[in-house]
Amino acid sequence: MSTEPTTESAPPAVPEDRVPGRVKRPRARSDGLYWGILYGATLVFVVVCVAFLVTLVTSSFSAWRHSGLGLIFGTTWNPDKELYGALPLLVGTLETTIIALVLAVPLGILVAVALVHLVPRRLRTPLSSFVELLAAVPSVVFGGVGFLVLAPYFQQHFYPWLQSTTHSFYLFSGTFSTTSTLLAGIVLFVMVLPTIVALSRDAIATVPVEQVEGAMSLGATKWQILSRVVLPSSRTGITGAVTLAAARALGETIAVAMVIGNYFKINHSLLSGGTTLASALATQWDGATSLTISALGALAVILIAITASVNYLGRALLRRASQGALL
Amino acid sequence: MTNIGDLPADPIIERRALIQATARSSLARRNLVSRLMLGVCALAFVVAGAVLIWIVALLISKGFHWISKPFFTQDPQTPTVFQQNNLGGIRNAIWGSIVIDGIALLIAIPVGLIAGHLLAESENSFANAVRKTTEVMTGLPSILFGIFVYEFMIIKFHYRFSGILGSLALVMIMVPVIMKASEIAFRAVPHSLKEAGLSLGLSKGVIAARIVTPAAVPGLLTAVLLAMSRAVGETAPLIWVIGNNYVATWSPYKQQSAIPISIYNGLLGAASPLQQDYAWGSALFLVVVVLFLNLGSRFLAAFLRRERH
Amino acid sequence: MRLKDVSVSFNGRMAVRDVSFDVPDKRVTALIGPSGSGKTTLLRALNRLHDVTKGAKVEGEILLGDTNLYSREIHPTLTRTRVGMVFQRPNPFPTMSIYDNVVSGLRFSGIRKKAVLNEAAESALIAAALWDRVKDRLKMHASSLSGGEQQRLCIARALAVEPEVLLMDEPTSALDPVSTKRIEELMSELKNRVSIVIVTHNMQQAARISDLCVFLLMGDDGAGEQIEVAPTQKLFTDPVDPRTLDYIQGRFG
Repeated sequence: MSTEPTTESAPPAVPEDRVPGRVKRPRARSDGLYWGILYGATLVFVVVCVAFLVTLVTSSFSAWRHSGLGLIFGTTWNPDKELYGALPLLVGTLETTIIALVLAVPLGILVAVALVHLVPRRLRTPLSSFVELLAAVPSVVFGGVGFLVLAPYFQQHFYPWLQSTTHSFYLFSGTFSTTSTLLAGIVLFVMVLPTIVALSRDAIATVPVEQVEGAMSLGATKWQILSRVVLPSSRTGITGAVTLAAARALGETIAVAMVIGNYFKINHSLLSGGTTLASALATQWDGATSLTISALGALAVILIAITASVNYLGRALLRRASQGALL
Repeated sequence: MTNIGDLPADPIIERRALIQATARSSLARRNLVSRLMLGVCALAFVVAGAVLIWIVALLISKGFHWISKPFFTQDPQTPTVFQQNNLGGIRNAIWGSIVIDGIALLIAIPVGLIAGHLLAESENSFANAVRKTTEVMTGLPSILFGIFVYEFMIIKFHYRFSGILGSLALVMIMVPVIMKASEIAFRAVPHSLKEAGLSLGLSKGVIAARIVTPAAVPGLLTAVLLAMSRAVGETAPLIWVIGNNYVATWSPYKQQSAIPISIYNGLLGAASPLQQDYAWGSALFLVVVVLFLNLGSRFLAAFLRRERH
Repeated sequence: MRLKDVSVSFNGRMAVRDVSFDVPDKRVTALIGPSGSGKTTLLRALNRLHDVTKGAKVEGEILLGDTNLYSREIHPTLTRTRVGMVFQRPNPFPTMSIYDNVVSGLRFSGIRKKAVLNEAAESALIAAALWDRVKDRLKMHASSLSGGEQQRLCIARALAVEPEVLLMDEPTSALDPVSTKRIEELMSELKNRVSIVIVTHNMQQAARISDLCVFLLMGDDGAGEQIEVAPTQKLFTDPVDPRTLDYIQGRFG
């Protein structure tokens, strides 16, 4: 404990100068400086945030004027022809996020259950940190591993296997090279897994032990306790975890740009290349005309809207979970 | 003594027998399911751990042999006919990262700490609004900040591509992180310390600077390390604003490179297999630095938690 | 149920030592004593709740009928359908409705027939004096009930699997006096259905509701020891051991 300087015994009543907001002491001037600095720095930050939003929104105006709603619903993105339809990007964003979640949610929840109920208590924190380290790895490294190692392997072995096993099922049909939407989804899956594990683990660990004991004393097996009492009790927190993971996947830029092939047409096959809102912002920048820059600004605004709202939803769920509310 | 249990005694005993019989007969199946599912959980855990270990092993095996003195001291070279394997080093990226991240730290730390202090000291609606804003900002994809700096500085003010613009973009990522974590650190300082200062007649500014901040230093350090570990690995916000260079320079006013950028460019450009392989070295170095910072902040936080109890 | 030389230790440290007594059938047995005397630890050994605690060891024999509950051939899950438990703080499952809560034990054991579940639920809720209160609201969430009602719900839930013994760990200590009284009245009716073993730190409660009292006290080594076992009337009016007398007279808490 930090050493606390001893004070004279204070009278029970709170003296005037300790009531917040009613400072009537000398040296009010330097207090003003204190608050001035505090508010000043914070205001700078706030102003920059506002400038951020305003700049991006206004930068997109010329693109909106040019393409109108076609910016969102248009199916062709061809800056050379000044065609800015973002539907392929939206579709790609959705596809990659869904693939990532479909893989990460079951695995993540199971790992979280393992961390809370299978692993000896002493090992729980170190092992959790171990899984969370995955979250600290920069996206460019994930992209690099995906591009240099997974992509060639997929092209040579995985895609052919997929096509033969599913008889060129609709989603896995067509020609392919190394980069693909599927690969991007899988890379995203690895990147969001730690988020789901960490947050689900918190939700599962905070289920009161009385409920576990209550179920146990009714003659339930361990898995029955987990599946019928623990997991339902933590479903709000788990849903929040999944939502925040989705927000992360929706906004991931670099790793996706490196493995998705940056192909700007809608293709029903997951094995073909694709693009997402975020990755387009990275790849379309070089050599762009001012109109294209404006269109990218519009994409940025859409991305802000999507990630901010999904993030907000996820955090609200986590807040409700920590207050004990149930979905 | 009323015997409510007497009249329906038979149904109870019957039911008891039924329950016992059912429980017994279903036991084998239930136990099997339980063991199976728990095994699946354990398997999932092993898989997750294996993925991380695989990535680390990959980085080390492919990248380690690139780490050498020239790696750090030379700028990238184009392989010539006579020296086909000489790719030089990433000195330009290392200097660039140091300059860009360093300047970002210099700006972000004071702003973040001071703003975090404000959040810890006030409860009004302004503070709440700022807190909400911070939360939103931490969730945004980082490339947006690069676009903002581009639009604002390069287009509006006709500034040139330079390292310092990258710093500005990184500042926007770091400040919310530092704000949030330092607010927690400041709030954790015991009230008694502040009250002691007040009763000694000290002004709020002195209290904050001389009493509260030193007490919160470990937590603040954690905040800074965390923000650093994030900023060092960022690629996207830099893409739009720092340009590129192939010769190391310390000037933030010139175009710069950075370690994550060098990896990104190295892989996306028309790179030869050798150059692609070369990226492993940079990637290993980057991961080591980031993990070092991240683990450092964790250990510090854990150390703090133990100290307090 | 019979206990013979039952001891419970955690990582080698004794918590309860050499307890032996017979739990009379269809009666209320109270485990009393000051805090730290090992009452709850002993109670939890009776339905094998210590199985999941690392380092916990239960020695001695706990017989139900003629089977030793701790013998290798008996799976603890089965034991727990014969020996049920109600906890200090009401713990209904928050995501389940009242009905689902009551029948949860039956479902865990594999019973799915609606008819059986309905019958058992009604019977258990009537026994817990809750049926009239909830019979039209069975689908509502358990959290809509008051504290005392939630505890009665937990009692109903435990009763639904028709255990032979019901363990109660200070079931009224978290409740208000009115609910406490209700549940005490309940117990005198319940004992016709199940044998009850109750841990209570409230002497007056033990004197009110129990037929047999077991007095435990922490010994010099920190382990709870059995001091005296006697029918309630006798223990409170004419105890054998002087320490029992001290406790009854309130000389220590």
